[in-house]
Amino acid sequence: MPEAKAATAEPQSIPALLARNVQRYGGLPAFREKEFGIWQSWTWTQANEEIRAIALGFLSVGVERGDSIAVIGRNRPRHYWAMIAAQMCGAIPVPLYQDAVADEMAYVLEHCGARFVVCGDQEQVDKVIEIGDRVQGLKHIAYTDKRGMRKYDHAKMNSLADLQAQGIAGHYRYGTELDERISELNYDTTCVMLYTSGTTGKPKGVVLSNRNIIETAKNSVGFDKLNALDEVVAYLPMAWVGDFIFSMGQAMWAGFTVNCPESAATMMTDLREIGPTYFFAPPRVFEGQLTNVMIRMEDAGRVKKWLFDHFMAVARKVGPSILDGKPVGVLDRMHYALGNLFVYGPLKNTLGFSRIRVGYTAGEAIGPEIFEFYRSLGINLKQLYGQTEASVFITQQPDGQVRNDTVGVPSPGVEVKIGDNGEVYYRGPGTFVEYFKNPESTASTKDPEGWVATGDAGYFEPETGHLRIIDRAKDVGKMADGRLFAPKYVENKLKFYPSILEAVVFGNGRDRCAAFINIDLTAVGNWAERNNIAYASYQELAGHPKVYEMIRGHVAEVNRSIASDPILAGCQIHRFLILHKELDADDGEMTRTRKVRRNIVAEKYADLIAALYDGRDSIYTETEVTYEDGRKGKITATLNIADAEVAPEQRRAA
Amino acid sequence: MPVSHAEEGYVTADGRQIGGTLMEMKNITLRFGGVVAIKDISFDIRDGEIRAIIGPNGAGKSSMLNVISGFYVPTEGDVYFKKVKRGPMKPYEVARLGIARTFQNIALFDGMSVLDNIMTGRLTMIKSGLLSQALWYGSAAREEYAHREKVERIIDFLEIQNIRKTPVGRLPYGLKKRVELARALAAEPKLLLLDEPMAGMNVEEKEDMSRFILDLNDEFGTTICLIEHDMGVVMDLSDRVVVMDYGRKIGDGTPDEVRNNQDVIDAYLGVAHD
Repeated sequence: MPEAKAATAEPQSIPALLARNVQRYGGLPAFREKEFGIWQSWTWTQANEEIRAIALGFLSVGVERGDSIAVIGRNRPRHYWAMIAAQMCGAIPVPLYQDAVADEMAYVLEHCGARFVVCGDQEQVDKVIEIGDRVQGLKHIAYTDKRGMRKYDHAKMNSLADLQAQGIAGHYRYGTELDERISELNYDTTCVMLYTSGTTGKPKGVVLSNRNIIETAKNSVGFDKLNALDEVVAYLPMAWVGDFIFSMGQAMWAGFTVNCPESAATMMTDLREIGPTYFFAPPRVFEGQLTNVMIRMEDAGRVKKWLFDHFMAVARKVGPSILDGKPVGVLDRMHYALGNLFVYGPLKNTLGFSRIRVGYTAGEAIGPEIFEFYRSLGINLKQLYGQTEASVFITQQPDGQVRNDTVGVPSPGVEVKIGDNGEVYYRGPGTFVEYFKNPESTASTKDPEGWVATGDAGYFEPETGHLRIIDRAKDVGKMADGRLFAPKYVENKLKFYPSILEAVVFGNGRDRCAAFINIDLTAVGNWAERNNIAYASYQELAGHPKVYEMIRGHVAEVNRSIASDPILAGCQIHRFLILHKELDADDGEMTRTRKVRRNIVAEKYADLIAALYDGRDSIYTETEVTYEDGRKGKITATLNIADAEVAPEQRRAA
Repeated sequence: MPVSHAEEGYVTADGRQIGGTLMEMKNITLRFGGVVAIKDISFDIRDGEIRAIIGPNGAGKSSMLNVISGFYVPTEGDVYFKKVKRGPMKPYEVARLGIARTFQNIALFDGMSVLDNIMTGRLTMIKSGLLSQALWYGSAAREEYAHREKVERIIDFLEIQNIRKTPVGRLPYGLKKRVELARALAAEPKLLLLDEPMAGMNVEEKEDMSRFILDLNDEFGTTICLIEHDMGVVMDLSDRVVVMDYGRKIGDGTPDEVRNNQDVIDAYLGVAHD
C-alpha cells in the first residue's frame, strides 16, 4: 500500500512503538503489578529488557514466523510482555479466556494451530495438558506461576522466568535473528488474533493487523487527549478486544501506565490504591459498585444517611450540568462544592474514582439511574459502541455530549451507515482483516467495499447525529399481530432494577410476551434480611412469594413505561417466572462476556416457556448444571408462574 | 529392634525422595492419673514426608500430637528430634526448634487483622529490643520489612490477599483455618503439626486445603504430621499413616497397607464379640 510506505517514519508495529517509548519515556513507569502487598513497577526501559528476554527465550525453543502463541492467564505484566515478545518473533499472540473449560479451550487452540502456550498457573497448564492430545503440533508450554509445578514432566515445559534466562544466555546466538524479525514487521503484519465468544455457534478468530490496532489507538487517544501520565487498571479478560486496545494499543501509543491488580478478589482495593485517570468497565461493574454503596448507606447512621440523601439530590440536579460545562447558578455551585467536600469527594475516593478524567462503559445498556449517579458525582463517564471486528471503536460520546440513551457519534476515521433493514454498518481503519480460516464468514460479514454488518439495529437521531441502538438485528422480530418485538429493549429496562440480574423475554411470533427473571442474590438477599424474610438457598429465595410480589411490581412499572412507546407497546410482559438458578456461562446459557444466548436458553427451558403460555400456575422442572471443574449435576424445582399487570397502551394521535 | 537406624529414607509413590528420621517416638506412654491416654507407642516421622495419625474418637490422637509438640511430657518413653533426646520444654523453645502447629479449635486473635495474626507467627524470630521497636528506629524497621516480606509470600501462597487487612473475627470458618495455617507457616517450621485441618469444611474447602498442604510440602519441603477424620483426604494426602485405637498403635504403614490391615478394619467397622 502506498500510504503505508510513505509513513515508514511512524512506528508500524507494537514492538516498534515499544522502542519509541523507551526513547521517549524511558524512566516513566510502563507496567505495575501488585504482588506481595506492594506495587511493583517496571519502567519502559526495564519492561523492554524483560520483553526482549522473553522473545529470545521464544526463539530458543524454536518459535517460527507465523506461529500462534496462546496466552492464558489473568491480567499480569508478564502476559502482556509475552504477547509483545510473540510479535517480535513474527508470531501471532492469541489471548484466551482463562475461565474457559478445557473443551472450549481445545477448540480455539486447535483452530489457531497453537504451537506454544503461555499459561498463568498450574490450573491452566493442567487444562492444556488435558487437551494436549487433541491439539496437533503443540510444542512447548511456559508458565508464569511456578507453584505446584515441580512434579510435572518438564520435557516440553518450563517457567517463563527460566525461558527468559535461557533467552538471555543465548542472546549472542538469537539476537541478530530477533532484530531481523522485528524489522520485518509492518502495518500489514497480524498484531493479534482474538476469538469472539460468539452468541451463536463456535468462536471465530478475528485477525487484527498492526494497522487496525495502531490507527485505532492513535485516533481514540487523540479523541480523549490521553497522555503518558495517564493510568489504567487492567482487569478485564485479556482475550477481550477492549483490554487489548486499552492496555496494549492505547497504552503503547500514548505511553501510559498499565496497572495489574493482585488478584480478581482484590480488584476494588487495588483500584482505590491506583486511582486510575482513564477507566473502562462494563455496566455490571458500575452497577455492582452502586449496589454496594446503597447497601452500605442503608446501614449508615441517621446523620450520614441524611447528608448522603441531601447532597445526592443536589448532585442529581446540577452535577451533570456542571460536568458538561452548562450554565449553573452561583448558589447551586456553592451547594455542590459543599457536597463535594462532605459526600462526593470521599465517596469517589472510596470507589477509586478520584482522579478519573475519562471513563467508558459499553457492551450492554447501562441503567439511567446508574449512569446519572456517576455523572452527578462529577465522574466523566461516557458510552461507546464497538465490537471486536472494529478494534472496539465504532461510535463514542464526545465530552459534553453525553446521554444515557445514545452511544455517541462515529469515532474519528470510522464511517457508519444504516442499512435498509435498520442494521448498522461501519468501515474504518480498525476494520478487521478476516476471520481466521473462515473465508465464508468473512465474506458474509464484510463486503468487498469494507462495510461490516454489526448485527445491531439502530438509527441516527436527526437532531443530534447520535446513534441509538435498539436491539440485535436478528432478535428484533414481529409479534403475531405484526407489531415490533424487541426483547433486549425490554430486558434492559428490567435489568435496571437492582434486584433483577438477568431477564430473558420471549414473544417472537406470539400474541403476547412473557419473561424469565434472574434475581440478584446480593441485592435481594439484603432486601430479604431487612424485611425479615428467611431463606436457605438461592432457589428458595427465588421462589419466595414476597420476592415474586416485588418483581411483579417491577414488571408492572416496566409495562407502564413500554406502553407509552408507540412502536414497542406490544412488548408488554403478560406472565413471568423467576428462574431457580442463575444463568451461567459454564452451562452455555451465556457467553463468557455474560450475554444471554437466547436460543440455547429457549431450547433448554422449553418446558418452562410452554408453561408460560398455557396458563399453568406452577411447573416442576429438572435442570442440568455444570460445575466449575466440568462435572455435571442436576437440580430440580417447582417454579411458580405469575401474571403481570399490563398497562393500557397510550395511542398517540398518528 | 528395627525401630530407627534405617536412615536412608525411601521414595514415595509419586516419586518424592523422603529423607531420614526427623522425629522419633520411642515407647511413649502418657497417663493422666489413672487414665492411660497413650500406651507404649513407637513410630517415626521422616524428613519431608506427610505423616497422618488416624483413629476413632478418643483414640488418643490429639494427645499424641501434644506429645510431639512438647506440650505434654510423656510419662514413659523418649522423644528424639533430629536424633537429640528432648526433655521438657517451654512453648517458645519448641517454636525455636522449628515445630509449628494449628489447633482443632481455631486459636487466632479475633480483633487483629489477618496480616497481624500471621506476623505473630514470626515473633520468636524478632531480635530487636523493645525500645528500638517502640521508636521504630534502625534495625527494628529493617527487621520488620524483612518479616513482612516473608509473611506476604505466605499470603500469596495461600491466596488470601483479599483479606489481608480484614479482622479475623469477621472471616468465615474455612478462611480462619487458612489464616491459622498461614501463621504456622510464618514460623518457617521444619515440622508442621495440623490438628484436623479439614474439620467442618465443605468439599470445595477440603480440596483447597489439601492442595495447599501438598503444595507447601512440595514447595518448602516442610514435613507434615496431621490428624484427620476424613479418610478420603488422609489416604490421598499422606505417605504413611499411624492408626491408633484406645491409646494403642494398631497399624502403621502406607495408606494401602493400612487399608488392608485387619485390626484397622475391625477398629473402624467394629467386630463381633461372642
